[in-house]
Amino acid sequence: MSKASYTIAVTGLNAIDSPGPGLAVIRALREASSFDVRIIGLSYEALEPGIYMHELVDKSYQVPYPGAGQEVLFERLKYINAVENLDFIYPNFDAELFNYIALSGRLKKELNIRTALPDQEQFEARHKSRLFEFGSEHGIKVPFARPVYSAGEIPAVAAGMGFPLVVKGKFYDARVAYTVEQAMQHFNKISAEWGLPVLLQEFLHGSEVNVCGAGNGKGDTLGAVPMRKLYITDKGKAWAGVTLDDEKLLEITAKLVSATQWNGPFELEFMKTREDEYYLIEINPRFPAWCYLAVGAGQNQPEALVNLAMGREVSPFGSYEVGKMFIRYSYDMIVDIKEFEQISTVGEL
Amino acid sequence: MVKIKKNIAVSDTGFLFNPMTGDSFSVNPIGQEIIRAFQEEKGEEEILEEILEAYRVDRSTAEKDLLDFKKMLAHYKLID
Repeated sequence: MSKASYTIAVTGLNAIDSPGPGLAVIRALREASSFDVRIIGLSYEALEPGIYMHELVDKSYQVPYPGAGQEVLFERLKYINAVENLDFIYPNFDAELFNYIALSGRLKKELNIRTALPDQEQFEARHKSRLFEFGSEHGIKVPFARPVYSAGEIPAVAAGMGFPLVVKGKFYDARVAYTVEQAMQHFNKISAEWGLPVLLQEFLHGSEVNVCGAGNGKGDTLGAVPMRKLYITDKGKAWAGVTLDDEKLLEITAKLVSATQWNGPFELEFMKTREDEYYLIEINPRFPAWCYLAVGAGQNQPEALVNLAMGREVSPFGSYEVGKMFIRYSYDMIVDIKEFEQISTVGEL
Repeated sequence: MVKIKKNIAVSDTGFLFNPMTGDSFSVNPIGQEIIRAFQEEKGEEEILEEILEAYRVDRSTAEKDLLDFKKMLAHYKLID
């Protein structure tokens, strides 16, 4: 039987110092053993490096920013699909997921494009501002947190929480504050960039451990690989990491996936305290930028989710290699201005 | 009896990796010998005797160093 061949669109091509997951997902798809793939890059800005990495991305199209709304996005995808005949889309940015989740039914019905995404309810329930309630509901420890909508609320919330505390944006950014004034400064900066609410969260001492995984929407974990960051950038992003042998973390992951019937990719961020207790810090409803480590450790989760969406039989991964490391690097590409002109003016390259 | 945690291995070069935490360490040759002896479930007195036989060191210094090393292993959560 000949191998299937899929055309898959991927966002998150910004392989910068705080990288999007797109290129890691693309590398995973390119290494898929069960199908051949043509990769369509979906970009927001003309300087996203993935647009110019032709060995990984076959063709790129600019797409409208999430703020433009679902209808504008749908029309753009309809055009791209008319040219490329897409089989699947992997959205990889937090800020765009709401639109893609809302459109997933139409994408399948009207354009025959599959996705692997949590439903609206799962997506909303794991929001940073609701994570504390989410944890209490599912018996998972989560640091105490409160959403705040104005700087004026900070003194009262901080008085109950104590210092230091963490000020977090709803999609991105987290800063530690040691005084009310510092918390207010962080609030102003983060709310200006990421909107409201801003979250004040209890500060926990410990080491951060993360899990890259995928759920099949029926309560089963298709794959899960725990990783500890070994080198962190000033933005808190992993620049190196190693896979762990951590049964407890895998148990918590399985419990969470089962309780939520999670569908699609996820990244769980935990803080492991000195007393070996795990506190769930965040659930990201997409693959992390380091997801290629899971592939290197033996679990090609992006491939598994495509196969699942295509209606093929997919068994959960039984194991992974412990002690596999990733070390990220940056690389200067030389690009002709003609290419930049093409994507900037025509919106395709 | 000091028990080194399962899955912890020391390579010939003295590289030690804890797969539970992702921590890695370098230990010198005598550190490797002591960890291997603990893994072989040798008692502290037996290990001390082996050190005294193999190295030119007095008993009190060896005892103190072994105790320090054991504390360090506990600090880095390498023993149960």
